Amino acid sequence: MLYKKPQIQYYPYIVQRDDYKCVRCLGCVEQCSYDATFYDDELDVIWNKHEACVGCKRCEALCPTDAIKIVPNPSRPYEHDSWRWELVMDTYLQANTGSIIITGIGNDKRYRIYFDHLLLDACQVTNPSIDPLREPMELRTFLGRKGNKLELEEKSDGSIALKTRLAPQLTLETPIMFSAMSYGSINLNFQESMARAAVELGTYWNTGEGGLHKKLYPYAGRGIVQVASGRFGVSRDYLKVAAAAEIKIGQGAKPGIGGHLPGEKVNADIAETRMIPRGSDAISPAPHHDIYSIEDLRQLIYAIKETTRYEKPVFVKIAAVHNIAAIASGVARAGADVIVVDGFRGGTGATPKSVRDHVGIPVEIAIAVVDKRLRDEGIRNEVSIVATGGVRCSADVIKAIALGADAVYIATSAMLAVGCTLCQTCNTGRCAWGITTNDPRLARRQNPEIASEQLYKLVKGWSHEMKEMLGAMGINSIESLKGNRLRLRTLGLTEKESEILGVLPAGI
Amino acid sequence: MKKVIIAEDFCIACYNCEVACIATHSKSQDPVKAYKRENLRSRSNALVEVKGPVAFSLMCRHCKHPWCLDACISGAIQRLDNGIVYLDEERCVGCWGCVLACPYGASHPNLKGDDKRAFKCDLCINRLDKGLNPACVEACPNKALLYDETLTETVEVLSR
Repeated sequence: MLYKKPQIQYYPYIVQRDDYKCVRCLGCVEQCSYDATFYDDELDVIWNKHEACVGCKRCEALCPTDAIKIVPNPSRPYEHDSWRWELVMDTYLQANTGSIIITGIGNDKRYRIYFDHLLLDACQVTNPSIDPLREPMELRTFLGRKGNKLELEEKSDGSIALKTRLAPQLTLETPIMFSAMSYGSINLNFQESMARAAVELGTYWNTGEGGLHKKLYPYAGRGIVQVASGRFGVSRDYLKVAAAAEIKIGQGAKPGIGGHLPGEKVNADIAETRMIPRGSDAISPAPHHDIYSIEDLRQLIYAIKETTRYEKPVFVKIAAVHNIAAIASGVARAGADVIVVDGFRGGTGATPKSVRDHVGIPVEIAIAVVDKRLRDEGIRNEVSIVATGGVRCSADVIKAIALGADAVYIATSAMLAVGCTLCQTCNTGRCAWGITTNDPRLARRQNPEIASEQLYKLVKGWSHEMKEMLGAMGINSIESLKGNRLRLRTLGLTEKESEILGVLPAGI
Repeated sequence: MKKVIIAEDFCIACYNCEVACIATHSKSQDPVKAYKRENLRSRSNALVEVKGPVAFSLMCRHCKHPWCLDACISGAIQRLDNGIVYLDEERCVGCWGCVLACPYGASHPNLKGDDKRAFKCDLCINRLDKGLNPACVEACPNKALLYDETLTETVEVLSR
């Protein structure tokens, strides 16, 4: 290949074009944001630079005559169990560039997915199952501090009134929320879609650390605003207008790593929303520079609570790492109302591949140990737990809740709902599906009217399925499943793994 | 009247409207045959215009007071009762007066055809009769073309 390093020739995808079916409408040329497709008007042929193709399938999806197929390049070296082809390619890439490999989405390695080794219970003979189509089935969930006891008082007229002042609660009609994706990492169209869908569904969406755009203030009542290490866009109004605030300590895809939105992506709108100069790099430091201990975290939590007059719950998001149970216990004692535990399969807009694939622990285990630790310490009622990072379907939600979570956050599934094909090039800012890009040419590919409906349908479908599964278990309220590990069994796990999950093996 | 409304903010320049337009106005009703055997490639009534981040698909606006109708010397262009500005290609003599007159550039000269007549959008009159939406609207994957009542007539050219 002329003018190229030899290894470039081992590209991962081939654009297969059925030249007879191709009518040269040039749609694919326009759709490709990676410059892999171009039109030669002299020959009247559309050519592909296969080495530039990232496999996002945008051209394939929009080809009006079904003339394109993106296929993995069949030219592979010998299968090698130690040197998988991906490792070989990464080695070539780094030898050619000398850089860190940056990637997007979540961990794609073959670690055991514990959700797939957990089985749900169902009722037979001795206890009746429930038909959710005929009987009421409750998915409503409340997030926030629950307190130790309720005190009631009898009024002079004989009526009973609640004496205890309840901590602020979020009311979710279904225990599925949209996870934090910042304006900057995604564009406003997609963020607006999530916000609209959350309002429609009676659940919550999260702004991520990029601030809250003026256009989205009407949806802030169902919004959770994030306070991350960069403190972008944080102001009194930002905290007051939202339903809750979330302090992001860590992210599952990159525990211990900060963020970096390159200056060239910081356009006027993003600059205003993030409250930084236009064109300047938006750097989120790895730690919060004012949080070096649980006591420091407590100060920030209470600073936010003071600002919001103790009317809003404060979330703390931590990545699932090795000492997660102890950390969560500390976070609970620091005064958090909700702890978000982000597993190592969680997604991101950009992270070093080495960190994404090798740092952290699975969310299933993290939830199980956090729930157990907080119960043992008698403070489980002080906090709600939100599981995120690797929730792929309604069964995963049910399993996460049975392991001890109160609700889940979804983000990768939300992106899939609006077209994402997991090509893992979010970091380039050239997402051909118009999700993780702010290029005006590409961002318009997300029409909030269509995208919000897709998101709404996805969560609605999951909720229906969850009701079916609950009904099969003879449970008519999601509350009754929370931490109910007796309704789970493990299959194909070691005794120790089952013990850590707190779940009995199948057959017992 | 109901027209094709262009939601410019969401056009993604996929050209599906053009392909749908050509296919639906072809004998075979098949895009591949229409392009390759009937040679209709340059005969799309909807034209996608792209420049930088801006893109939109433009077709006849079916004006209340169509300039093309005034310019037509042979009576090929008529305004039908339902508001559709219809160009009868059988009666067109190929003077291209309508092409010059149209302020939107929505009437096209058939440069590559044998007869050199003009052609323009008929709002998929055959599909409307069957209760279907115009082909371009149906094909648009991003709701950038809508078939609806016109929101405002102010954008129309009302007088010379």
